[in-house]
Amino acid sequence: MSKVRVLVGTRKGAFVLTSDAKREKWDVSGPHFAGWEIYHVKGSPVDPNRIYASQSSGWFGQVIQRSNDGGKTWEAMGNKFAYDGVPGTHQWYDGTPHPWEFKRVWHLEPSLTDPDAVYAGIEDAALFQSTDGGQNWQELSGLRGHGSGPHWQPGAGGMCLHTIILDPSDARRIYIAISSAGAFRSDDAGKTWKPINQGLRSEHIPDPTAEVGHCVHHIAMHPSKPDVLFMQKHWDVMRSDNAGDSWQEVSGNLPTDFGFAIDVHAHEPETIYVVPIKSDSEHYPLDGKLRVYRSRAGGHEWEPLTKGLPQENCYVNVLRDAMSVDSLDTCGVYFGTTGGQVYASSDAGDSWTPIVRDLPAVLSVEVQTLS
Amino acid sequence: MIRVLLPAHLRTLAQIKGEVQLDVIGAVTQRSVLDALEERYPMLCGTIRDHDTQQRRPFLRFFACEEDLSHESPDAPLPEAVVTAAEPLIVLGAVAGG
Repeated sequence: MSKVRVLVGTRKGAFVLTSDAKREKWDVSGPHFAGWEIYHVKGSPVDPNRIYASQSSGWFGQVIQRSNDGGKTWEAMGNKFAYDGVPGTHQWYDGTPHPWEFKRVWHLEPSLTDPDAVYAGIEDAALFQSTDGGQNWQELSGLRGHGSGPHWQPGAGGMCLHTIILDPSDARRIYIAISSAGAFRSDDAGKTWKPINQGLRSEHIPDPTAEVGHCVHHIAMHPSKPDVLFMQKHWDVMRSDNAGDSWQEVSGNLPTDFGFAIDVHAHEPETIYVVPIKSDSEHYPLDGKLRVYRSRAGGHEWEPLTKGLPQENCYVNVLRDAMSVDSLDTCGVYFGTTGGQVYASSDAGDSWTPIVRDLPAVLSVEVQTLS
Repeated sequence: MIRVLLPAHLRTLAQIKGEVQLDVIGAVTQRSVLDALEERYPMLCGTIRDHDTQQRRPFLRFFACEEDLSHESPDAPLPEAVVTAAEPLIVLGAVAGG
């Protein structure tokens, strides 16, 4: 019988939530790494019991943890992320040159084919790769060396490489996104990169249609349509039908097109989910009502999903890596909030139930569907 | 034998209970003690001092014999009481944050 395992990273530890396919009763394990910030936890698609976690702390720096038994036990792996060559500088908030400095790992993306291969997106923005299960890390420095690197500037949350998407149809194609440089694509397994931001428009930068400099919050892709990408930008929900070569806005009737999380239904590649958030500085749901919005048309037309979600006095945020889906017959959708709730829908978003209500602020949610 | 007392989070990370007891060859300094510590517990590399610069992480301090040794040279001899194991070298996390 199928099972679902939800991997939750929070400000103060990791939690592993498991259920059978009914998704009604949940076992909660944790906190793992209590007291540490867990930016991301993600399992290998090849070996689901191989799970990688990014553990960090203002006191003790970065640790990479790995589990080989589905999150029951963990082993600290390599944590040395050394930029390739002389790191150089990027722009600081005030536009002055600032040395590239490693701060933390935001996102871990295990390979689609090799459980020992995993990518890490770090702050200050760079992409690293391990081919030995997380023991050693090498920078794919063609990204930072693309030429625009010295002009990248951090967003309010830091200059983080937060999104890594591997194309299941082409092992050489990788997408990444950086706040606030934008989206980039490699077609040669990470050696060289090109910015893919044509069509993005950001009014808060000097050139609203610049090649780089856009605050991309997250990107999602359905594996059956790898050339179709959905993006939640700082403002605007966007889609691309040509692997990022150009983008068009699909915000449509969303009450606000600011947000962080975006994801795609497991079986319907044109069904997408976002959580509109009030901004520029509030970063909580409009009118205190927590609403997921679903489009069944790949954007433009959106419907609010509210059943089971708080519709008054709710002032939490849903961060960029804090939404995920399972691949059971009726697609499950999951998201975590900065208020510590993890909500689950076992009916593709029609209704929601909190799995847990009182965790530390949730930074990331990843879901594994286990057979 | 040198005694080292680590913050609770690092003891958990390295699966250490209580104090660490290390054999240090040659001069007993911050550097030689931390080198020996990291050799035995490689998962602590980078958590007390930076991988590249070997600088003490900003929110950690080194205490011994009721003295703050954080700004001493990493190659300065540690107090005799640490060398004789009468006192531990204490790695202390700052009381800060949320």
